[in-house]
Amino acid sequence: MIDSIRTWWRSPLRCALLVFFVLGSRGAEAQLQVDITSGVSVPIPLAIEDLAADPQASAEVIRQDLARSGRFIVGLRTAADYLVTGRASAGVDGRTTIDFELLNLLNGQRLLVERVTSPPTAWRNAAHRISDRIYQKIIGARSAFATRIAYVSVDGQPPSQRYQLIVADADGENARVVLQSRLPLMSPTWSPDGESIAYVSFETRAAAIYVQKVRTAERRRVSGRPGVNNAPAWSPDGRKLALTLSSGSGNLDVHVLELDTGVLTRITDHPAIDTEPVWSVDGSQIYFTSDRAGGPQVYRAEPIAGARPQRITFVGNYNARPRVSPDGKQLAFVTREGGAYRIALQDLGNGVVRVLSKGPQDESPAFSPDGGTLIYAARERGQRVLGTVSADGLILQRLKADRGEVREPAWGPFLP
Amino acid sequence: MRHIAAILLILGLLAACKSAPPPASESAGELAPRADASAIAQPDDSAGTVSAGEVGNDAESTVVLPPELQGRTVIYFAFDSDSISAEDQELVAAHARFMSGKAGVRLRLEGHTDERGSPEYNIGLGERRAQAVRRALGLQGVADSRVATVSYGEERPAASGDNEDAYSRNRRVELVYLGG
Repeated sequence: MIDSIRTWWRSPLRCALLVFFVLGSRGAEAQLQVDITSGVSVPIPLAIEDLAADPQASAEVIRQDLARSGRFIVGLRTAADYLVTGRASAGVDGRTTIDFELLNLLNGQRLLVERVTSPPTAWRNAAHRISDRIYQKIIGARSAFATRIAYVSVDGQPPSQRYQLIVADADGENARVVLQSRLPLMSPTWSPDGESIAYVSFETRAAAIYVQKVRTAERRRVSGRPGVNNAPAWSPDGRKLALTLSSGSGNLDVHVLELDTGVLTRITDHPAIDTEPVWSVDGSQIYFTSDRAGGPQVYRAEPIAGARPQRITFVGNYNARPRVSPDGKQLAFVTREGGAYRIALQDLGNGVVRVLSKGPQDESPAFSPDGGTLIYAARERGQRVLGTVSADGLILQRLKADRGEVREPAWGPFLP
Repeated sequence: MRHIAAILLILGLLAACKSAPPPASESAGELAPRADASAIAQPDDSAGTVSAGEVGNDAESTVVLPPELQGRTVIYFAFDSDSISAEDQELVAAHARFMSGKAGVRLRLEGHTDERGSPEYNIGLGERRAQAVRRALGLQGVADSRVATVSYGEERPAASGDNEDAYSRNRRVELVYLGG
């Protein structure tokens, strides 16, 4: 079962399988299993004791989170620089309270003394929040353990595939199917408030874009024009979708749809393929893919009619599917190197491009909300899996389904 | 008598399937939405059991093709290309002749790519292929209004696998007849 241990050529890596586990299979949905394929060279030793009186395995969730981050090595107290201890207690209202402490064993300092309260059903989320607090305190940067991802699972052989849109915790747990279809589902993307997912469904044998509430499964078709309806992208304020339409003519252009009013504005007007829009962090620009120069490249335009696009990518002859980092400073996209498709990161300030992933067919990059990690679709030994890579390129993970194939990941925002 | 005719029709279709499987036959199976589709958990609720709506089935009428077109409803393309080979131009012309004699028949062109590259960009490439076939049909006199296109990009491969054999079978436009 130990596979895909990779080395990363750019840095002296301690390339170890730090953790490996199989997530329990609960239902018909494909469950993900996670393994680290490489981590940082000097991970921080950390011990997490079982929480006293904990009816759940909260400590184990915290251990898995921090070990899989690649920044820590989780082990015995005697070898650790930091120690987490805690106690669970049940309140009269049925909620569970966890009091925990983070100790610096090197100087005896108490770094955190905190309490997390949650309904018993949300115990995993509570544990992820504790992981986020510990990570923040020690590393000094935000993490995204208590967030969710969405992805598409494909089961069965052609022509009898079954497509499922799945929402799961960021660690792959709590996976649940929010929609399934005999016809393709693609391009899931979270609304900025984390309440809704926009996606493309071909369920009527024509493409249409839907917006679906994650909690209630209530959904609305927001675009079902003749031809292509694809690549929805939420504006930062959540009120608009950028999307790709062909309006029956076969010419794909980027449009902006106001969700409340239905007002549609055509942003690009060019016989090339213009698609894969995504908004800049402040909403003042839309990045998109266009093959107006021959092969696909990333461009940027104001989200207004008659905008004049400006080319952004210049290295190589295939750069597609841009995504802007949460701090607005980096652009992730798919680049072709030789015959391989990989995830690359371009500094929007100085234009320097770094290729982060190593697979033959990496695609569909998406940033974690903290910006520290990218999730993407990959092919490994003939199977479609999800990969993550830290934005510094040091930490690589694989998320595989226990059956079927997984693709088109989207990382949800921080939850309030 | 109607039953016998129906059985004969079904037998005929089955025979046609054996010799030449129609490209887009779908088995009807899942219906939308399931009764428990409202049982959606809170985002943080690990105990909630969740089920999803199921979508994606529509029964289609089947147009019986003349023998010379049976099993010849797929046009294949080279990598990163939307040009139709000379041989397939002949095939398109034969489909156009069939349509000219069948006023009620419409066509849906389903464009596909192989799995390499970005999925959404591939939707564009698949649409380009479907439009290439639509234009070729138009040159043969088939009105645009009788032809719809849909691009599945790489989402609905005919063959699985990450090798050139699968890729070449997936770069295609399927001609799906509607009406009758």
